[in-house]
Amino acid sequence: MAHGPAEGITRWLYTTNHKDIGTLYLWFSFAMFLTGGFFAMVIRAELFQPGVQLVQPEFFIQMTTMHGLVMVFGAIMPAFVGLANWMIPMMIGAPDMALPRMNNLSFWILPFAFAILISTLFMEGGGPNFGWTFYAPLSTTYAPDSVNYFIFAVHIMGASSIMGSINIIATVMNMRAPGMTYMKMPLFVWTWLITAFLLVAVMPVLAGAVTMMLMDINFGTSFFNAAGGGDPVLFQHVFWFFGHPEVYIIILPAFGVVSQIIPTFSRKPLFGYSSMVYATAAIAFLSFVVWAHHMFTVGMPIAGELYFMYATMLIAVPTGVKVFNWITTMYRGAITYETPMLFCIAFVILFTFGGFTGLMLSVAAADIQYHDTYFVVAHFHYVMVAGAVFSGTAAVYYWLPKWCGRMYDETMGKLQFWLAFIAFNITFMPQHFLGLAGMPRRYADYGLQFADWNMVSSVGAFLYGGAQILFLYNVVRTIMYGKPVAEAKVWEGAEGLEWLVPTPAPYHTFTKPPVVISSAAGEDEWTISGATPHVAFKAAPGAG
Amino acid sequence: MSKTVDNKPLLVKLTFLAVLMFSFAIFVMPPLYNLFCDILGIGGKTNGVYKAVDVEIDKNRSVEVQFVAMNNATMPWEFYPKKDSVWVHPGESTKVIFYAHNRTANDMVGQAIPNLLPFTASDYFHKTECFCFNNQPLSSGEEADLELVFIVDPDLPKSVNTLTLSYTLFDITENLNENVAVLN
Repeated sequence: MAHGPAEGITRWLYTTNHKDIGTLYLWFSFAMFLTGGFFAMVIRAELFQPGVQLVQPEFFIQMTTMHGLVMVFGAIMPAFVGLANWMIPMMIGAPDMALPRMNNLSFWILPFAFAILISTLFMEGGGPNFGWTFYAPLSTTYAPDSVNYFIFAVHIMGASSIMGSINIIATVMNMRAPGMTYMKMPLFVWTWLITAFLLVAVMPVLAGAVTMMLMDINFGTSFFNAAGGGDPVLFQHVFWFFGHPEVYIIILPAFGVVSQIIPTFSRKPLFGYSSMVYATAAIAFLSFVVWAHHMFTVGMPIAGELYFMYATMLIAVPTGVKVFNWITTMYRGAITYETPMLFCIAFVILFTFGGFTGLMLSVAAADIQYHDTYFVVAHFHYVMVAGAVFSGTAAVYYWLPKWCGRMYDETMGKLQFWLAFIAFNITFMPQHFLGLAGMPRRYADYGLQFADWNMVSSVGAFLYGGAQILFLYNVVRTIMYGKPVAEAKVWEGAEGLEWLVPTPAPYHTFTKPPVVISSAAGEDEWTISGATPHVAFKAAPGAG
Repeated sequence: MSKTVDNKPLLVKLTFLAVLMFSFAIFVMPPLYNLFCDILGIGGKTNGVYKAVDVEIDKNRSVEVQFVAMNNATMPWEFYPKKDSVWVHPGESTKVIFYAHNRTANDMVGQAIPNLLPFTASDYFHKTECFCFNNQPLSSGEEADLELVFIVDPDLPKSVNTLTLSYTLFDITENLNENVAVLN
């Protein structure tokens, strides 16, 4: 090894090391996760009882807005970029990311974006109060003055995402080790490659949407202003043209994580590897042509509603392929239930549940009833929290021993899982009932008939918040006092190049690329400078 | 790595894709949206100035045209149609008056934005003259009779017997936009 990390704070400020930047992304996203979680606690505390108790409605709507923005752009997306930074070079046998300096830049502009965004809460007139979807004219004509800060924050986080994605694409396309063909890449790499393309394609559209807002607000244009010949509905089209691929940007890397972890603890290769790849690509493609299912109530012609309804339902097919592949991977496997596996099994169950409520929402006729109710809130928390957050948590437990060379406490991990799993369902299951009964989202108050389930939901939310504190405790405790792990292959059933490098992963890995030394009987063996060859991949029959 | 791959070409291509999508959002999506609304006749938008052509007036059919006038947000003018509805024969040219009165102490400029229901009729409702084609400057205390001359097309689908034309009056004193007329 050439040299270790620099000392002191400059290690983090100037670093171009993919592992350091991955770590920065992960800690940053966790900080944002707690911040957004705090906003959620304010929301649930206010909704604990009917009436206005703790916060004024003007502030409540800022909380719902900021909760959404911080969780989507600050917590979930950077968390998966962090995982990509840490794992992709190690998984494809590359020494680092392809564009390390840009990598540093794309991380370090993020804290500024969120400092700007969160500072709006302390400004006169308050922060963004138009929902995370910031529909015009709420976000233009009727927006608080701080909206310009919001716009620039979105620009900066968009620039960060685009740079991060370009880096990931360049790394995956140009830096794979010899013999690492596309169809041998671990699924996490595949899902990220496709996600990165989605990001490069739609983050600029979001930037365009906020730029048009900026011009409407400050420069007298009328993109979304009916008085000047524009149309507020146009905003919704532009936003959801970004927004629908965005939900797959959030969930595809989560699919990748689950596709790594389930085979490990089932001790079987992933079932249907190539169908997983094609299903991911199909989902990504379909995500571009279904956006208006978020807008069934704007007054679309019937033909439009029917098209968007059927196209949306079509997404259930490739998603179903994935779910069945995970189940089939587990089928007759020698399964053990370590914490990451528990989170992944919960992911499969709860994500499927969220997928089904999504199918309900896709029915145009029914959506008119469900639109903007708590049913929608419950639906997207089942796919985002039980989907993205659960898989992110699983990923941290799964790779943490590789990152820091110490094993987490299994009992504590399981405790966190069960607390999170139960609390999550207590929080969001009742929101389905509230939504079906007609409770609208984003209001600080509600009718008395919604009181009981709201109280249950709030209790669940506080427990779920507690589970995240436990997660933080577990991670910090593991890093400081966890039992040291020596073996390169931390998990018995794990496959992949990242398990060939020593534990904890040295500062520089694969400075010389690993080489395929044999490829017989469907098994590829890889070796790295002088080490004994391990079987890194057991390719499934016909996978490649 | 044994061979170094140049990242530049890929970097250039991906940056180009990002710039392309940004331009697509700002320069292509808005006109495309308006084009779609025009072609499909959705969004309740009415067409621009119509040049009357000679058509036979369909005396056997009567269509009710209802008028609605609204003020947007804080627009303080008095604004209403002199008649709430008229019965017309398809093909005949009809003139109606909307009354507007600037009751404030300030000189102001208003802009009326039309919307027609049902959407399926928007291609069959022609305006030969409309105050909505221009903005309406009214000085303090001034009142005006605003004219609209329209023709209902004889090809109006048989299923449509009632048209509702609504005008929303916007206060555009602050951001006067000269281009607005062509968009209506």
